[in-house]
Parts: sequence; C-alpha cells; structure tokens
Amino acid sequence: MSTGVSENVAQGARRRMKSPEAAAGWLFVSPVIVVLGLFLFIPVLMSLWVAFSDWGGRGSPLSSDVAFVGFDNFAAVLTHGGLPTKTFGTALRNNAWYVALVVPLQTLLSLFLATMVNNTLKRGRGFFRTAFYFPSVTSSVAITVLWLFLFSSTGAVNSVLSYLGINGPNWFNDPRGILHLGLGLVGVDGTGGTLDQHGALGVTWWEWLAGPSIAMFALIIMAIFTTSGTFMLLFLAGLQNISEGTEEAAMIDGANAWQRFWRVTVPQLKPIVFTVVTLGLIGCWQVFDQIYTGTKGAPGNTTLTPAYLSYEAAFISQSWGQGAAIAFILFVIIIAFTLLQRWVLADKPDVPRRRRVRRRT
Amino acid sequence: MATTVSPRPRGAVAWQVATYAGLIGLAVIYIYPFLVQVATSFKSDAEAAVSATSLLPATFTTGAYERLFLFSDYPTWFVNSAVVAVAVTVGRVFFDALAGYALARLEFRGRNLIFAMLIAVMSVPAVVLLIPKFLVIKQLSMYDTYAGMVLPLLVDAAGVFIMKNFFESIPRSLEEQARIDGAGVFRTFWSIILPMAKPAMVTIIILSFQGSWNELSHFIIATQSPELTTLTKGVASLASGQLSQGTQYPIKLAAATIMTIPVAVLFFIFQKQIMRTSEGAIKE
Repeated sequence: MSTGVSENVAQGARRRMKSPEAAAGWLFVSPVIVVLGLFLFIPVLMSLWVAFSDWGGRGSPLSSDVAFVGFDNFAAVLTHGGLPTKTFGTALRNNAWYVALVVPLQTLLSLFLATMVNNTLKRGRGFFRTAFYFPSVTSSVAITVLWLFLFSSTGAVNSVLSYLGINGPNWFNDPRGILHLGLGLVGVDGTGGTLDQHGALGVTWWEWLAGPSIAMFALIIMAIFTTSGTFMLLFLAGLQNISEGTEEAAMIDGANAWQRFWRVTVPQLKPIVFTVVTLGLIGCWQVFDQIYTGTKGAPGNTTLTPAYLSYEAAFISQSWGQGAAIAFILFVIIIAFTLLQRWVLADKPDVPRRRRVRRRT
Repeated sequence: MATTVSPRPRGAVAWQVATYAGLIGLAVIYIYPFLVQVATSFKSDAEAAVSATSLLPATFTTGAYERLFLFSDYPTWFVNSAVVAVAVTVGRVFFDALAGYALARLEFRGRNLIFAMLIAVMSVPAVVLLIPKFLVIKQLSMYDTYAGMVLPLLVDAAGVFIMKNFFESIPRSLEEQARIDGAGVFRTFWSIILPMAKPAMVTIIILSFQGSWNELSHFIIATQSPELTTLTKGVASLASGQLSQGTQYPIKLAAATIMTIPVAVLFFIFQKQIMRTSEGAIKE
C-alpha cells in the first residue's frame, strides 16, 4: 500500500491536496477490508472448496491428501435418493412451510398492529409500541427457553386452551403435520395412495403436504411473536409519512374505512411491504438458533431446517462436504427468493392504478 | 404529520374505544409470557410444573438463582458475554465510523468498488457462513480463543453503511475550515466530525451490543471449552437439559431472565433512539 501512496504523491502538484487524503482513505477502510476479507470472503472460497472435496474434518482442508470430488456432495444431498437426500428434503419441506406461514402472517400482523397503534392518541402510543416491540429485543435463546415452557404439555398455553375446553397437544413432542390432521378430520388419508408412491428429494408428495408439524407450529407462532414488533415500527414510520390529504380525498369520494385502508393506505406503504417481506424471507430461511436451542430437529425430524442440517452434517456427523454443499444450496434459495419477490413486487404502473381506484370509488 | 384524532363524525368514539380494547388485549398477550417467565423463576420446581399461568409464586424462592450463581458456570458465561459484547461494540463503533467517514468524504481510487463490495457482503446470509468461518478460524489457529470470538464480529457492513449515510448529511464546510486551519485528516475526523456523529454512534452501539450479546451461532463454531462459553451457548445447553435433570423450568427461566436484563436495560434507556432508528431506515 505504501508504494501506492508514494506513486500518488509523485503524480504532481495538482493532486498534492488529494494524496494524503487518498492514503487516509485507504487507511480508514483497511480494518473493515481486512476483517471482512479474512472472515467473510476467504471463508466463502474455502467453503466452496470443501463443498467440492472429500475433506473429513481432520487436518487442514487445504492439505494435499484432500481430493476434489466434483458435484458428489451436491448429488448426495439432491439426487442420490439415500438418507442424506431424504433428510435434506424433509428439512426443505419443514422450512418451506415455516416460510409460507410466517412471512405472510408476520407481515399482516405487523401492519395490523401499526395501523391500530397509529389510530391511538399520542399518549398511549408509547406504551403499546414498547409492549409489541419488546419481544424483538430478547435473544432467540432466551425466547426459545420461554417457549419450551409455555408450550410444554402442562404449560400456560395448554392451561388457557383447557379453560376453553380444548385438550392441547404436547406441542414440542408432536410430529403430526397440521395439514394431515386437518385432512384427517374430513376423512382424507393419503398414506399408501398415489401421492405416497411418488415424490421429490426422497420425500413423497403426501409427506410434502403434511404441513408444519405441531412442534414446528409452536416455533412458527414464536417467530411471528418476536418479529412482528420490529416490522410494526417500520410500518408505523411509513404510516406517519403518508399525507392526510389522500386519505381525506378518498373519504370525500365516499370510500369506507376498509376500502380506504386497502386501496389508499396500503399501496402507499408498498416500499415498506417490500422491505418487510424481503427481511422476512431472508430471516425465515435461516432458522438456526431456535432449532439448536429447542428441538435439535426433533420430533421425527419435523423441525429440522436446512440451516441446522448444514451445521449438524458438518460439525456432528463430520460430513463436511455435504454440510458445505447444503449451505450453498441454502444461499441460492435465499437469493432466488429475494429476486423472485423483487420481481413480483416490482413497481408496475403505480400511478394509473391509483387513479383508477379514485374513479371507481 | 401524525394523525392524532382524525375528524370522523359518526362512531368516532366507539371506534376509539374498540381500538383501545383490542390493543390492550394484544398487549396482554405480548407482555404476559414475560411476566410468567419472571414469576416462574421464583417458584419451586414442583409448583412450576403444576401451575403454569399464575403470576404469584405460592412459595417464593430464590433457589433457582442461587443454584445458577453458586453451583453452575453461569457467572463465567455472563462475564464472557459481557467481555465479547463490550469489545465488539467498541471495535464496531470505531472501525465503522472510520470506514463510513472515508467512504462518505475522502476521495481515493477504489472507493466506489469498496462500497459496492460492502453492499454485496450485506446480502450474504449469516447462517451459510458457519462452516466457512470455522474453517478460517481453525486455519488461523484462533479456534477456542477470545480472538476467534471477537475478531470476526469486529466490523459489520451494515454499520459502515449507517455511518456513511450520516456523515454525508453533515455540511462539508465544517471540516473544510478545520483542514484550512492545518488539521490532518485523522485529527479532523477525531475532533470535529466524530463528536457530531453521536446519534449515529448510539445507533451502532445499540445494534452491536444487542447483536453480539444475543449472538449464538458464531460462538458455537468458534469455541468448545467451558471457560469460553457465552450466555447464549450456556443457556442453550441448559435448555436441552445438559445441566439439569428433568424439566426444572425455574432454573432455565431464571437463566433466560438474567440474560435478558442487559439488553432490556439498553432498550429502555435508548427507546426513543431505537424507534427513530427504524424510522430512519425507512426514509433512506
């Protein structure tokens, strides 16, 4: 770096003012570059190598007796159909249901909370904001410990359910899928049927359709509980930026509260909906702490997630190549979902639509 | 700006009452779990198993806390978490500010490239870095050391981003005056710019402390010895029953309660700032 500096100095009088600045610039950003390079950039490259190697966890993955095995690790997880494939497929199914329920529900709940809080007088607002935001402050470990207690067989949730005459399940020990349970109630059981004959990633279609297990459902409620406060703050900020003018205009046009909310308020909150859904998607595909603390994938692998499976494969089963491969697949999934969502929520003709609403109402 | 009472002619009062009733109901659902948590930590094991919803222990006991502090590694975990969180917070405030200032104000070749790479780095999900980070920490012989716990967390791209945004909002004239007076770049940064950046630095302090105090996965892969266990890792092992037999909810909930206190205190001190931070995140 010092040679670069002296070169700059030599570049003449015109740049004399700039060159100490350039040196300082590089100096100031160097800690960030070194740390991110060392603990982010290089690790990703090393891990990419491990994903394509047969390294078994002994010695350095860079030593000469570690061999390149091509896509073997990816194939074991994705196409071989053996136990690794089935486990990965199960983890993917669990997480997909988790995402499918948590992302929409937390977005709707946080929007709902924000709207309610925004309608209160200034005085009470601080209290409600604090109450709803507080769960977001606590660590995922602490909240999981609390959840294991609340959702234990004799816990608070089942006590409340029993007041209502409902016999609550043994939440964290119940591997039954809630969609299967629902279908069972109307007499549908696909076990052994056509859907049970075929499948993907070692998991039959019928098993894909199990829905989240009751244990996973408890974790889904927890995710919604802990994140809705953060996202509520984002929506609140957005609501306060909306001018009252549009709202009043719609009111004069005769739109009722429900129409005003969905056709006037929500479209104006679109950038925030985008942020919330993106953050939700990214966060939900990374569920790790809760699984590590609470269930370790049990019961019956129904709370296993790709993030936890990647850890387990590498650090517990010493299948480092497979663990690294799963991490990269997860990376691709997260990027793909973010792009997909960006595309779906992309700003299409926004202004004409708003005009249309006006005319119709 | 804020709509306090919108001019609704009919049913406005009824609407307000319904809103408040709904909000109070929801607030109870959000707060009650934490009250039960604290209450249960003062119950006996037997009572915790039988009455899960009562907020008043029939027999008040601090047994769970005594066991935690006198007969477990809990104090060690607490100290480790504190050391790491403070080190990470101090490091991040300083290094994020330095880099943020350079990216906002100093002109040097490669600045745009570095900024683009920071943005790219922010989109890498942390959880896919567990194995990669472990490999490098091991390679650098930092495994199972404080260095391995702290150094990888010492800067964060998002923090640099926040600082950069803030510095761009400060008028240039102030530092130009200092530079004309002959102050060097670092001197200008340290004594003119940094004191003005307090609000942004408080934001970084909150985010860094909360983030590193609540961090779990990094410590799982960076350490193994009991002396280096943090609260998150220790309490997670408690939760899966490695220290206690049976359910023993009071001791687990006591452990979870104490680990929540520092971040809760931070939250209540800087509440206004936190609310403003998220508003700022939207406006940018």
